[in-house]
Amino acid sequence: MKNFDTMMHVRGESIFIDDLPEWAELQHLAVVFSNVAHGTIKRLDVSRAAAAPGVTRVITAADIPGENQIGGIFPDEPLLAEGSVHFVGDPLAIVVARTREEAYAARRLVEFEIDPLPVVTDPRESFKNGTLIQPPRTFALGDTDKAWADCDLVIEGTAENGGQEHFYLETQIAVAVPQENGEMKLISSTQSPTVVQKAAARVLGVPQHAVEVELKRLGGAFGGKEDQATAWAVMAALAARVTGKPAKICLDRREDITFTGKRHPYSTDFKIGLKKDGTIVAFQAMYYQNSGAVADLSTSILERTLYHATNSYNIPHVRVTAAACYTNLHPYTAFRGFGGPQGMYVIESAIRQAAEKLGLPAHVIQRKNLLKEGDLFPYGQYTERCQAERTWDELVARQDLSALQKRIDQYNASHTDSKKGFALMPICFGISFTTLFLNQAGALVHVYADGSVTVSTGVVEMGQGVHMKIMQVIARTLSIDVRRVHTQTTNTFKVANTSPTAASSGADMNGKAAEIACSEILGRLKTAAAAILGHNNPGDIQIRDEVVWCEGRETQLKWKELVQKAYLMKTNMSAYGHYAVPNLTFDKTKEKGRPFAYHVYGTALIEATVDCIRGTYRFDAVHMVHDIGRSINELIDEGQVYGALMQGIGWVTMEELLYSKEGKPLVDSLSKYKVPDMRFTPETVSLHFLENADNPYAVMNSKAVGEPPLMYGIGAYFAVLNALAAARPGRELFFSAPLTPKKVLSFLYGEAR
Amino acid sequence: MCRSAQWGVAIIMLGFLLNNDVISTEQPAGKVVLDYIRRDERKTGTKEGCKEGECGACTVLLGCLSGKKVVYRNVASCLVPLGDVAGRHVVTIEGVNKPDGSLNPVQQAFVDEGATQCGFCTPGFIMSLTAFFLNSPDLSFEDALDAVDGNVCRCTGHVAIRKAIANLCAEYRKRLDPARDRLEQLVEWEIVQPWMKDVPARLGAFAADKPARERDAIVVAGGTDAFVQRPEALRHAKLAFLSQQTELSYIREEGGSIVIGGGTTVEDLRRSDLFASIFPDNVRNLNLVSSTIMRNRATVAGNIVNASPIADITIMLLVLGCTLDIESHEGTRRQVSLDRLYKGYKQLDLISGELITAIRFPKPVAAARYSFEKVSQREFLDIASANTALLVETDGKTISRALVSAGGVAPVPLLLEKTAAALTGKPLSPATVKAAAVVMAGEIAPIDDVRGTAAYKRTLLRQLMYAHWIKLFPAEFSLEALA
Ligand SMILES: Cc1cc2nc3c(=O)[nH]c(=O)nc-3n(C[C@H](O)[C@H](O)[C@H](O)COP(=O)(O)OP(=O)(O)OC[C@H]3O[C@@H](n4cnc5c(N)ncnc54)[C@H](O)[C@@H]3O)c2cc1C
Ligand code: FES
Ligand code: FES
Repeated sequence: MKNFDTMMHVRGESIFIDDLPEWAELQHLAVVFSNVAHGTIKRLDVSRAAAAPGVTRVITAADIPGENQIGGIFPDEPLLAEGSVHFVGDPLAIVVARTREEAYAARRLVEFEIDPLPVVTDPRESFKNGTLIQPPRTFALGDTDKAWADCDLVIEGTAENGGQEHFYLETQIAVAVPQENGEMKLISSTQSPTVVQKAAARVLGVPQHAVEVELKRLGGAFGGKEDQATAWAVMAALAARVTGKPAKICLDRREDITFTGKRHPYSTDFKIGLKKDGTIVAFQAMYYQNSGAVADLSTSILERTLYHATNSYNIPHVRVTAAACYTNLHPYTAFRGFGGPQGMYVIESAIRQAAEKLGLPAHVIQRKNLLKEGDLFPYGQYTERCQAERTWDELVARQDLSALQKRIDQYNASHTDSKKGFALMPICFGISFTTLFLNQAGALVHVYADGSVTVSTGVVEMGQGVHMKIMQVIARTLSIDVRRVHTQTTNTFKVANTSPTAASSGADMNGKAAEIACSEILGRLKTAAAAILGHNNPGDIQIRDEVVWCEGRETQLKWKELVQKAYLMKTNMSAYGHYAVPNLTFDKTKEKGRPFAYHVYGTALIEATVDCIRGTYRFDAVHMVHDIGRSINELIDEGQVYGALMQGIGWVTMEELLYSKEGKPLVDSLSKYKVPDMRFTPETVSLHFLENADNPYAVMNSKAVGEPPLMYGIGAYFAVLNALAAARPGRELFFSAPLTPKKVLSFLYGEAR
Repeated sequence: MCRSAQWGVAIIMLGFLLNNDVISTEQPAGKVVLDYIRRDERKTGTKEGCKEGECGACTVLLGCLSGKKVVYRNVASCLVPLGDVAGRHVVTIEGVNKPDGSLNPVQQAFVDEGATQCGFCTPGFIMSLTAFFLNSPDLSFEDALDAVDGNVCRCTGHVAIRKAIANLCAEYRKRLDPARDRLEQLVEWEIVQPWMKDVPARLGAFAADKPARERDAIVVAGGTDAFVQRPEALRHAKLAFLSQQTELSYIREEGGSIVIGGGTTVEDLRRSDLFASIFPDNVRNLNLVSSTIMRNRATVAGNIVNASPIADITIMLLVLGCTLDIESHEGTRRQVSLDRLYKGYKQLDLISGELITAIRFPKPVAAARYSFEKVSQREFLDIASANTALLVETDGKTISRALVSAGGVAPVPLLLEKTAAALTGKPLSPATVKAAAVVMAGEIAPIDDVRGTAAYKRTLLRQLMYAHWIKLFPAEFSLEALA
């Protein structure tokens, strides 16, 4: 079914925050950012800026009525710097002016002096200095120390991965409108309305009930607006409070790309032990997470790295430790996959290095060790309805590996200017917030007397089609035409205490809450229908395709009439549904439990060609078999898989963030950061949804889809590496994502690595 | 444009057509069209994603009268100043929407394939594809991909967009009648609105009085460099719009020379039959330069004056022995050879008020072979880590003449004279080229930056030099022979 929202998108009629009409007295914000990565603020003089044309106010930390703190998990993030700065981009002051131009012009007049302090950008250095957000965490299974002795091969290595800029098309934006009685309305491009609400209440020094956060949709987010939208929204609220006028902040692309949070870079040491036949016996790793200057969600992300350290493989002896290391760089934050990609990249690297040493194809080791039903994850959960082998075998049945290998060998034998390679990439991704209390959602459903239905949930629509899915859930639950259903804005006054739209769980949880609310209304409507039909048992009533059935027989009563009459009979046709994901446990003292409702599985095959003259590459084909459960909307789910795949490929290939030694981001415009474009997209991309894979743990037997397919993209790294190995047999492989053309050429020609 | 005095300040009234409406505004000529349509007209279907020409969310059509027809090109409205659209037609997504609220075929194809998710990039894609329908001779898939090469979507990974485009091409190629007027057919297919047919007559009504270029005015050609570097300063500055001087836009053969007008766009070059006849890889080469929405505005002269060390067009032209015709504001003319123009990083032998009116080079002899090579992090729409061009004349045994240029390896685009000398008069052999590569290494001075380390750029340039020869003379050169 087509997503209704898209019909407005293609006409440019969907309304994003910057498209809203502007109030006459609207004030515009420009933020003064620190240009020093670490230092003590010696002087901050805003007088010249305050006197500049059009400027209403220049706000510093001293103007904050409540607490100068927006850190969600750890209170380490002042809204405006006080005393010291910790990264280039740390906000120092806010210029508020009548026009955006005036605000930006006056910003240059703010004078400040910062005494530099030593700058750390390397997480290993931070680890040595002991500047961790929390003590390192370790997940362990079996006994690695003893297990090495049982291995035929034990190797050690290092894997590095870079960060990733979200590059949502809509930059960070928020509008604040002061209300009567000290209340504030905030329209914010956030994935976490409740987080914004709490932070704004804290900074303004008011109760949560005085802050309304509302939004219709985001122009992309990918995790970049889960925690990172908060600061800007709170700044708008603060400016609106201080000036008493509506206030708007909209980062320009350069500010957004230079200063806002991104995916975490990691540096990891690994050790893997195998039998001669490729059976993995033991795996050990130490992950140094570059957590940036503020905690943000780093520790939760770190946790997911540990959860996914063994990807889709059953490994009896595991010991993985991870440390969240403060550095003097901009925040690192949620990004689709949330630490999972970093974990999977390391085990895949270890397998490639082992394959090279054992003289086995990597895919033989991968297949041999895939998870089976009832296998135990290092965190104490057993696999249930495991689809690891099924997705792999289904893929291999569709894409004959030996034929592929032969075709590639022939190509490589007859070409010196270019070489081909391929890689398989299985994935296994756990679904649930690992912060367990977040696994809840609410939905408010109203049936109007004319038969139309509206729903408000805690979920945020950002292009993933979740509104459409929820509308479909409602239409199916009530058995009515989906065109009768409408989704409302996400609003903290309609649904409270919402969890972020994240962890791929938006449709699962909010869909379920909507289903619960609808079932309640349906029950009441059945009572009304029974009364209308003069039947005394509502249990005999059913609604099928907008028609009321009684005792298995069609009646004359239709949806519209039923609803009209039920209203006149004073039936409550509104309901609030609340859903809490059941049976999730985790004991952090033992690092064991059942943290996930279920897992998503899948396998991808990626083929690459490397141009050995120029050091460039392209991807010829990607084939995927993906475990989607029973899809609620195939068109939407396919779109999620494709989009995630290409983001994953971008992460390990061309998307590169660079910093100077002084901690200055060198990527400060889109001309210096490239994401996959249309020409880079492989000509062949095939996707098959695994059949007969119903998932009883989520709404309507579906499965979450947002994040898992991103990790297929990791295979791109290894497909290129495979081609490089053909070009330079025997040369030591390296694991340093992104695998840019620079690194490819350096590998081929040895000079500058 | 017309002028009126108010409170002693010269107010310039600017007139143009926006969709189906005549606009007359006093907004500064240096304000970009995106700001005008979003902020002043509150047409919000056109999105702002970057304001640096990199994303395509702001794509609109710009229509210019050419004879009795209007030629439409897709452009990034974030870098087009209002002064440049005076007397022209700007079409936004609102202008291709059907009034009854239903979807036009391009829009429908996107919905059918799920080619839009968050929707922020989508109007830009639709506008670029509309330009494709207006301009592509045979509605080929390749032309369609070219048309959207400046539109980036972060949500879909472009997979579904490709499918939507493939479906559209397949469907409308069948229906296309090349003999009939294109606009008529597009109106029939409802890809554009019927009032588009009246636009030529309506544009004709705008006064054609072109103000003289004032001495202290800043020249804006495509604006693709100027409006990225200093939009605030240009907003209220005195500007001279070169694209309004249509007589400067041409590519022609004069005697034994090829002459490119000082206002000619890079896209004109890409589409030039004359260039294609001289340089068989012309389209492939120019596809590597920025994107369609940039090339439709960016000029050849602007690329030269921009003086970026990696300027692609400059690198392409350097080996052709180009001379620039330069005219001062007072009308004094002089000529400078392109390789003498650059004095240092972003320093030129060109003074304020001087205009490059033409770029000329002798037509290469029939036996000459030409190659351009560029490598960047992403193949398309990216700045080169290094780039180079080669012009070579040979009888198959001896290199009688060779010219080599290199970008990204010095403060200015280089013509490598010593490298050329190391090739000229030598046998056409790998040994010659390897020796020349050694000479080349001494002639360049790359630095470390985001485009790569100095060492990388050295290796890369050597490889690109090899690539020239392997590509042009596959029988004589191979990677092994050069390794
Ligand atoms: C997204 C994007 C991608 C790009 N990609 C590339 C790329 O791949 N390769 C590349 O080489 N460049 C690239 N550029 C840079 C730029 O587009 C080109 O250099 C372009 O050719 C500049 O031409 P213009 O007409 O737009 O110049 P303008 O911005 O109009 O002018 C640039 C300068 O030249 C002066 N000028 C212009 N014309 C004349 C003239 N006739 N006589 C005297 N002075 C003149 C102007 O006063 C100004 O100072 C890119 C730019 C953007 C925004
Ligand atoms: S806004 Fe991105 S290209 Fe214009
Ligand atoms: S649909 Fe979101 S960027 Fe294209």
